Amino acid sequence: MELLLQQVMAGLATGAIYACMALAVVMIYQAIDHLNFAQGEMAMFSTFIAWQLIQWGVPYWGAFVAVVAVSFVGGIAIERILFRPIHNAPVLTQLVAFIALFGILNSSAGEIWNFTIKEFPTPFGRGPLFGGHLISTHDAGMIGVTLLILILLYLFFRGSRLGLAMRAAAANPASARLVGIRVGWMIALGWGMSASIGAVAGMLIAPVVFLEPNMMLGVLLYGFAGAVLGGLSSPGGAVLGGFAVGVIENLAGTFIPYFGRELKLTIALIMIVAVLLVRPSGLFGRSVVSRV
Amino acid sequence: MNSGPPMLKVRSINAFYGENQALYGVSFDIGEGHIRTLLGANGAGKTTVLRALCGMVRTNGEIRFDDKAIAGWATEDIVRLGIAHVPEGRGTFLRVTVEENLQLGAMTRRDKTEIAADIERVYAHFPRLKERRRQQAGTLSGGEQQMLAVGRALMLRPRLMLLDEPSFGLAPLIVEELFDILREVNRETGVAMLVVEQNAALALELAEHAYLLETGHIVMDAPAAVIGADEGVRRAYLGY
Repeated sequence: MELLLQQVMAGLATGAIYACMALAVVMIYQAIDHLNFAQGEMAMFSTFIAWQLIQWGVPYWGAFVAVVAVSFVGGIAIERILFRPIHNAPVLTQLVAFIALFGILNSSAGEIWNFTIKEFPTPFGRGPLFGGHLISTHDAGMIGVTLLILILLYLFFRGSRLGLAMRAAAANPASARLVGIRVGWMIALGWGMSASIGAVAGMLIAPVVFLEPNMMLGVLLYGFAGAVLGGLSSPGGAVLGGFAVGVIENLAGTFIPYFGRELKLTIALIMIVAVLLVRPSGLFGRSVVSRV
Repeated sequence: MNSGPPMLKVRSINAFYGENQALYGVSFDIGEGHIRTLLGANGAGKTTVLRALCGMVRTNGEIRFDDKAIAGWATEDIVRLGIAHVPEGRGTFLRVTVEENLQLGAMTRRDKTEIAADIERVYAHFPRLKERRRQQAGTLSGGEQQMLAVGRALMLRPRLMLLDEPSFGLAPLIVEELFDILREVNRETGVAMLVVEQNAALALELAEHAYLLETGHIVMDAPAAVIGADEGVRRAYLGY
């Protein structure tokens, strides 16, 4: 029983990171109807910048805030420079652009910081929380920060004019233009926020998986699984999906002997395929009916 | 009326969907506070005229609003000049509430208290919207959604409203109510209107001047009373 609870808590902790990645993916998907395959690499690159700042002696939280801000600007820049010019291009063109972005970020990180594994600090410490055995302070920190992001985003999208404008631009761009909303900038803003959320996810998971240019590959895959499970059209659903994937992954890895550590990643793929077969719009998503 | 140039001046515009030309040398003026209507059969290009004014279709020719050449501008910049477009299909934001739809209409404005006052003004025109203010707009009936679309357009405090088939799909009683409100709004705020309508009789009652569009050309340009009395128009569009 205690093992089960422990594994659930550990699953929730990594699930928090998957939830962040799922949320980042969904934010861009809602704006431009494409999955950002480079989401993980963007997060990885942000995490390297944080590592560099910390190496230079910047205190952890200073680096954290700076990287969230830099990622926000970087996300906007990527949209303006790379994706804005091709927003009307065919799907394959956009797909290639995502792959290019993936390659550019991955190799530049390797070039600048090389491929050796680096340790990344945690501000929460690594001891058990309140001296119990259920969950470590870092795991609790991951869950806490994710919930905080969720609350802030909820307040932003439900309570502010800009949030309302962003929702309108994503749901109905033509009508949004007709009320004077600058839809292009709303999309760029979505990219910026998505990059910032990804950066937080990267900085929180780096102490667990260690920092190196490929560290986000698996994480993003789980993030995709979470987003698909919860529904790509539902930010809240994507977050729940992320948590669910984290727990399922952990339990399967522990209790199904055959999976073990090695085959855990397969679980994400199985879940993606299963959801797409059974309920393509996800648990909380809406299926889009379009007239042709 | 002032003697300066008209508020909206359209000169020989052509509009294109891809390779297909939809408008040929269309010209007209709309002065401050005027109500004009565009009549014509399905596919004549009425909607395209409205879309051209809002930069939603590829257009060449001259469009001037307040003497600013706005052809080629982005839609959102044209809207910011005070041109509110109530599009075909009403352009409602279905997944947000009625009140949020109205707030979206005022997205270009900063004056919070005035916006709140304008929301109340819209509710005064359309009491049913007030009852449903917290509902998702997608749950409204067709008539209520059309009222919401007009209300949202008013939130811009527009100087010119472009209305695309406001009577479409509505019960006759609702249509009458809606057109009464349009008249009232025009009288109270002095907003000019360009109304595209299939229901020619209704439109000619509302507008003082009308244009008849056939396959992308303006073939008649005359006071509503004259067009309404024209033998050909009567037979083709009024059905008597």
